[in-house]
Amino acid sequence: MGMTMTQKILAAHAHLASVEAGQLIEADLDLVLGNDITSPVAIKEMEKMNKKGVFDKDKIALVPDHFVPNKDIKSAEHCKCVREFARKNQITNYFEVGEMGIEHALLPEKGLTVAGDVIIGADSHTCTYGALGAFSTGVGSTDMAAGMATGKAWFKVPAAIRIVLTGKPSRWVSGKDVILHIIGMIGVDGALYKSLEFTGDGISHLTMDDRFTIANMAIEAGAKNGIFPVDDAAKTYMKEHSNRSYTVYEADADAVYDEEYTVDLSSLKSTVAFPHLPENTHTIDEVGDIAIDQVVIGSCTNGRLEDLRTAAEVLKGRHVAKGMRCIIIPATQKIYMDAMEEGLLKIFIEAGAVVSTPTCGPCLGGYMGILAEGERCVSTTNRNFVGRMGHVSSEIYLASPAVAAASAVTGKISGPEAL
Amino acid sequence: MNAKGTVFKYGDNVDTDVIIPARYLNSSDPAELAAHCMEDIDKEFIKKVKKGDIIVADKNFGCGSSREHAPIAIKAAGVSCVIAETFARIFYRNAINIGLPIIECPEAARGIQAGDEVEVDFDSGIITDLTRGTSFQGQAFPPFMQKIIAAEGLINYINRQ
Repeated sequence: MGMTMTQKILAAHAHLASVEAGQLIEADLDLVLGNDITSPVAIKEMEKMNKKGVFDKDKIALVPDHFVPNKDIKSAEHCKCVREFARKNQITNYFEVGEMGIEHALLPEKGLTVAGDVIIGADSHTCTYGALGAFSTGVGSTDMAAGMATGKAWFKVPAAIRIVLTGKPSRWVSGKDVILHIIGMIGVDGALYKSLEFTGDGISHLTMDDRFTIANMAIEAGAKNGIFPVDDAAKTYMKEHSNRSYTVYEADADAVYDEEYTVDLSSLKSTVAFPHLPENTHTIDEVGDIAIDQVVIGSCTNGRLEDLRTAAEVLKGRHVAKGMRCIIIPATQKIYMDAMEEGLLKIFIEAGAVVSTPTCGPCLGGYMGILAEGERCVSTTNRNFVGRMGHVSSEIYLASPAVAAASAVTGKISGPEAL
Repeated sequence: MNAKGTVFKYGDNVDTDVIIPARYLNSSDPAELAAHCMEDIDKEFIKKVKKGDIIVADKNFGCGSSREHAPIAIKAAGVSCVIAETFARIFYRNAINIGLPIIECPEAARGIQAGDEVEVDFDSGIITDLTRGTSFQGQAFPPFMQKIIAAEGLINYINRQ
């Protein structure tokens, strides 16, 4: 029986000729990731292990990004714990404030994730690296601890859903609109325990930043991972960012998929997910008049250079609405620098937006943009759960950078066409 | 191994942000996390929950963030078992890895009501609603996962290997 792309990567890392959906396997890990929220719990678990030390100091990435620069004393203690662990174990890929970024934007940029890898990360959006043709999935702190100690993890081989992308998206439609559309179509548990395998000629019209955004939110459909084929664009990206060799896996022609959907990219419109689930999607033309208080442009989903370029294109020569807060957060130091050199930051500041150092901050209600009672935010982040960005009665509308920037200008949820 | 307690009932898509809001994630102390468990959807939960009580929910319980703080908070609040129609996969892994018993059973998720007294036999997977006199067959864990649960978590399991 044929294997999916995900199954082939897992089989190779479990040293098996083939695997099938539902099979329990133990696979070798190419990278184990943790952040300042999840790593301290993992480090505490590691202390209980008989085996001391880490399996490979070059194959662990520790990225304090959620509550850094430290938002309070307790967060500072967590970061200190991670820093000391990294020092003690001589972790090569520990990224301090000043060289860090939001983990899922940072690791591909640093060349630490390539096609064919098996990667676990104690962060649910670890599935981002599927954009490069890697199997990557989010786990908890205990799995991270076991992974750091042994270099292995257990997996139940996932079944798959095939998403065929066709056509070319129109001007303001981005990867965010594609994935919100898919989540709206299959639901927040539509891909539970499964892989989302993307295929089709429409992929050639999606930039790498689009693909990172799409793979990033596979978890919002419940998926174990989201994965793209490795085409020239992906190869070029890896060549520009990594010295590591990579392996290209392709799904067998007779691979088995539980379900298949076709998405015509040319038919998609800017899409907004209403509170309080990413599946509550509406196209921009059916949104109506919804006044907002804040806009956030950033996060592991949409804080990349292309996202900032789009926001700048919309905000250039315009000003955020009176009384509106527009918070823009480049996802990494390099993106920040590139945005500065391209003049994007100047456009943002002249438009009345605030620009922050890289942090997950407001996405998960940490800091740098917490919402008060009853406030509404249009955000390029990934979750709009109850209380996610602040007060339990506040509301988050998930959208693309283009919609977020346009909404900042009008003060209500708007597409860039409305300007 | 058995669990027995009073049921707290919730609906679909109970996410880890409501199980333990991120504003409390500057701590990793189980007791401190437990003090805020479920507070954004049920402020009464932490006031009423007793040791051994059981959470029953509909589909996709524990969706969202990978924070292991979520099952840690539930376990530290005294909950002995979570029964749901389905679980989000990272929560499922995390619960097994820290030794919080969870069991998938759509019929039990539908049939059991808030406040019922429920008993769960983990060996057989049988869930009994003592209040209503009904019982349900939950999905038993594969042997590999049973070993992790029997070792009370992944770390102990690895230590014993």
